[in-house]
Amino acid sequence: MDTTRTSETIDQDRRRLLGTAAVGIAAAGAASLLPSQKAAASTNDGIRPFTVSFPQEELTELRRRIVATRWPERELVSDEASRRIWSTPATVGPTQGVQLATMQKLMHYWGTEYDWSKCEARLKALPNFVTEIDGLDIHFIHVKSKHQGALPIIITHGWPGSVIELLKIIDPFTNPTAHGGAEADAFDVVIPSMPGYGFSGKPTETGWDSARIARAWIVLMKRLGYDRYVAQGGDWGALITEQMALIAPPELAAIHTNMPGTIPPEIVKALASGGPPPADLGPDEKRAYEQVAFFYKNGLGYANEMALRPQTLYGIVDSPAGLAAWILDHDADSYALIARSFDGEPEGLTRDDILDNITFYWLTHTAISSARLYWEHTQTAKAGFFDAKGITIPVGATANPSEIYTAPKSWTERAFPKLLHYGRTDKGCHFAAWEQPKTFTDEVRATFKTIQT
Amino acid sequence: MNPLIKTLAAVAACTALATAALVLGLCTLSAPAFANPVEDRSIRPFKIQVPQTALDDLRGRIAATRWPDRETVGDQSQGIQLAKIRPLVEYWGRAYDWRTAEAKLNSLPQFMTTIDGVDIYFIHVRSKHPHALPLIMTHGWPGSVLELLKTVGPLTDPTADGGSPEDAFDLVLPSLPGFGFSGKPTETGWNTERIARAWAELMKRLGYTKYVAQGGDWGSPVSNAMGRLAPAGLLGIHVNLPAVVPPEIAAVLATGGPVPAGLTGKERTAFDALSMAAKMGNRSYATMMGTRPQTIGYAINDSPAGLAAWMLGHPGFSGWTYDDSDPEKSPDEVLDDITLYWLTNTATSSGRIYWEYGGGRSPVFADPEKTNEVKLPVAITVFPGEGYRAPETWARRAYPNLIYFHEVDKGGHFAAWEQPELFSAELRAAFRSLRQRN
Repeated sequence: MDTTRTSETIDQDRRRLLGTAAVGIAAAGAASLLPSQKAAASTNDGIRPFTVSFPQEELTELRRRIVATRWPERELVSDEASRRIWSTPATVGPTQGVQLATMQKLMHYWGTEYDWSKCEARLKALPNFVTEIDGLDIHFIHVKSKHQGALPIIITHGWPGSVIELLKIIDPFTNPTAHGGAEADAFDVVIPSMPGYGFSGKPTETGWDSARIARAWIVLMKRLGYDRYVAQGGDWGALITEQMALIAPPELAAIHTNMPGTIPPEIVKALASGGPPPADLGPDEKRAYEQVAFFYKNGLGYANEMALRPQTLYGIVDSPAGLAAWILDHDADSYALIARSFDGEPEGLTRDDILDNITFYWLTHTAISSARLYWEHTQTAKAGFFDAKGITIPVGATANPSEIYTAPKSWTERAFPKLLHYGRTDKGCHFAAWEQPKTFTDEVRATFKTIQT
Repeated sequence: MNPLIKTLAAVAACTALATAALVLGLCTLSAPAFANPVEDRSIRPFKIQVPQTALDDLRGRIAATRWPDRETVGDQSQGIQLAKIRPLVEYWGRAYDWRTAEAKLNSLPQFMTTIDGVDIYFIHVRSKHPHALPLIMTHGWPGSVLELLKTVGPLTDPTADGGSPEDAFDLVLPSLPGFGFSGKPTETGWNTERIARAWAELMKRLGYTKYVAQGGDWGSPVSNAMGRLAPAGLLGIHVNLPAVVPPEIAAVLATGGPVPAGLTGKERTAFDALSMAAKMGNRSYATMMGTRPQTIGYAINDSPAGLAAWMLGHPGFSGWTYDDSDPEKSPDEVLDDITLYWLTNTATSSGRIYWEYGGGRSPVFADPEKTNEVKLPVAITVFPGEGYRAPETWARRAYPNLIYFHEVDKGGHFAAWEQPELFSAELRAAFRSLRQRN
């Protein structure tokens, strides 16, 4: 077998999913702001308090299914290296997928000791709201700081995350003086659930891509009465935050992203060709190139499936083990982190953190509705996830070493002409706010300090 | 070994031959190809007897299915539509009867033999005609030996439907490693070459000194690999998913470039079909299993609805209605196959053949399939509903010794399943000259 050939299929899918031409996205985003405002104006724009509550029988049924799991046999590879974290250039990942030993530990814990009620209580204790935007109920957590002049911030989660990945930073953001900050570091925090995620409604029509979500977020902040605010995100949250920046409503003062899109056009082209890194790259650029190339080649199976055939994944709605495995197989480094937490070596994420999020997906029945965001993206995307998109408003960017790729400073400066802050952290993977809340808080504070008045 | 296979093995062990064989078989689990002199080479009769508890458990799970909301489009572009899969799964849990399929399989002579450390299940039907040509036929994913059963009559007993005794075949239908009742490899390396070597060994064990091989889907690259290997006795191969796409076309498809100049009408049709399939994402299932078979394996091994949707997501099924409008594509036809995967717990193990092949690649490309190394005679039938219609020009370039090429007017990806009579007639015609020559 000729193993030097790359997969024709993967190349095709990669192009579809990630796009190659960074043209026209800004124009499209700005032009389409109007229809959503119109739609919102014609619907109920009230803000309703939302009470978190799950029926006990759902939890009983979940536990029954966990215990009844029908297991496949073990993978055929040892994959010892897949548990390495903070490695350079990239962790290899589980080469046949999520390992049986990790899954069995996870499922055993989930079915016995794990207690959802603690997470439910945390969610319940927060001010939760729902408001209808563009025909869809949007759930959000809204915590105001006690400090005068707090800067409003809308923070967006990603897949396979949820509002749960952002809970640890609410108090540091709204109550900075209790977390080593000054009053001037205070934020009023808005944390929405994306359409099809968590307690938000599930779209019953197509069209809810990241640009439409960005427009909805702008409506949401306006509805909350904020006339000057900032936005933050990682994963899909980064894409949505970047879309908000491209629309650039006057109220949006700046953004911060922990998965910045910085890849310059000539590098996008080189990556699409599947070739080696161009010779003139600096060490950070070369590493970033290798990280992205690795992810395109080895790490996109899940994204590809959700982008092309989300509905075919009936199994992840019906099987807790299927859902858990699907959620664990996101990127090599966060897999390593999660697998280690079930090996008794937690770093940043605990077993409860991971299962809170998975249980939240299960109880809200959002395995497939959340996956459709990838499908939507494929329908309209002009640029890839990591490509520079032509943002002109002020931006702060954090490059975590074990993110899918570590954005080099050089590319970041080029991508964002008004760069407020570039932070390079010592450790951290994809779920920055969840894994390294302190570093994350420092990074966001450092970014917005410059504009906080 | 999962409990069900254990049970099945125990059934097999009831036969006098098998008891010692099993003991020996366990010693050779990780044996390299044919190097281990203690590998048990016996051929053990095999009967399927699925415990009722497994069927009850399946029904229970189906009844408890947790469904997603419906897709947000009016077509198949987001995957299997809820309104299509749900009635099928509900019928599966309510009225479908596995025992009919089990009886059908048990009415045929079934065997087990250990090759290269893995138990290989196969159906072996000898023709009553003395000079029948031995034929080993290989299924694919998400198929199984079940997709080939309708050809057993026409191929082994041609005179029953007006054929001549000279058209008779002795038929060997193995289950691929990790599929059906065959064992599941516990180590990597079971790629198409290794399967080809195992099949050659199987035919040798059965005492066949002159035989032919056939395959569609994964059966095609397995048959190509047999052709390259050219084991003693193999006279030629027939494939219905031939690897004829030339390298320069493969390169254009990989980059999504413009239509190459100078294509004939049929080449253009083939190019457009391949290009459209890539654009429509028709091979996402292959990419998933080619990169992460274990990850998807948890869901489809635990959820009957998940398994059914995953299997029926194969583009070969896209035109199937699984209603009673077409008896060849009835609900029972697909459910027999899906139930076989469920009961043998092979949702994950079967997906690994994509991983072994590498990254979800399609096996239709001539260069990676090294078709130029297939020196033995090759026959091709092009069925119109296949993912692409191989043009004869490409086929002649790809396979240096093409002895038969025929386009037929009916049938799709699962040709033997959908058009068993036509498929059988094709094999008779394709291999006729090889009989005469030998």
